[in-house]
Amino acid sequence: MDDQQHHHMIPLKIYIQVLVLLLVLTAITVAAAQVNFGPWNTVIAMAIASIKAGFVLAFFMHLKYDDKLYRVCFGTAIFFLIVLYAFSKLDIVTRIVVEPFQ
Amino acid sequence: MSTVKTATSGHHHHAHHYESAEHEYVTSKFGTWVFLVTEIVMFGGLFVGYILFHEKFHEMFHAGSTFLNWRLGALNTVVLLFSSLTMALSIYYAQLGKKSLVLLNLYVTLACGFIFLTVKYFEYTHKFHEGLFPGALFSYDGPEAHQFSNLGMYFSFYFVMTGLHGSHVIAGMGLITWLIVRAHRGEFGPEYYTPLECTGLFWHLVDLIWIYLFPLLYLIG
Repeated sequence: MDDQQHHHMIPLKIYIQVLVLLLVLTAITVAAAQVNFGPWNTVIAMAIASIKAGFVLAFFMHLKYDDKLYRVCFGTAIFFLIVLYAFSKLDIVTRIVVEPFQ
Repeated sequence: MSTVKTATSGHHHHAHHYESAEHEYVTSKFGTWVFLVTEIVMFGGLFVGYILFHEKFHEMFHAGSTFLNWRLGALNTVVLLFSSLTMALSIYYAQLGKKSLVLLNLYVTLACGFIFLTVKYFEYTHKFHEGLFPGALFSYDGPEAHQFSNLGMYFSFYFVMTGLHGSHVIAGMGLITWLIVRAHRGEFGPEYYTPLECTGLFWHLVDLIWIYLFPLLYLIG
């Protein structure tokens, strides 16, 4: 087996660029939250958070360069979170009577 | 003398049940990813709960979020993002066989963990002082508490989510301390850095969770 095959090195410059990008996106999230977009505030904040998460996963956690196996593994977690949310939401919206929270 | 150690740095013999060092590396890394999946699902339950209740009581959640100082949350975001870079760089320098730079980056990562927890300590004590406790312990008596009778629920989510996250920061700092000890012994090098890689993945996940917690709790409420 080739012991060197996994030793892919991400250049230092890319690591620094990713950090700068993450800091810029953090600033954009904070700025966007100061403006009232109504329900879109949540969507915008979550979209920016997901872009940031994507960069952390791809570069800091090396998913961009690693075997597909790790991406599939991570994907199962996200899949089951979507299942959890979708079925809980389906339950809530299809209830005839919802008891008020005390 | 430490120079003797340095000369043999990175000489790691893989465990007998692995075919090769590569086999050991891949197995350890995949095991770590499976563990991260369980972590995501654990935090995910809280996130889904937060989102569902936020949809139902969004005005109360917004009132709750006004008690948080977003500047402190943003500061902690910057600290954790920077610590993710230094964690990644410790692996980068291990691949290059530069022991002193591996150590420097690990020490900076550990220091970032301390800064994060210190900021969190000041945030928590400030809330305790105002009676902003989770759930039934909630004893704040301001106008918001009269407007929203279930305001304590926001702080249940706040303390459970940030508390679970904070305990992961402490666990990560313990692992990084262990890495520092091993790095001082000269155990890591281009041929062997599996513990750095696996702890790094864990530390980045802690950062990843905070990336979602910060806007959810501090910004949009």
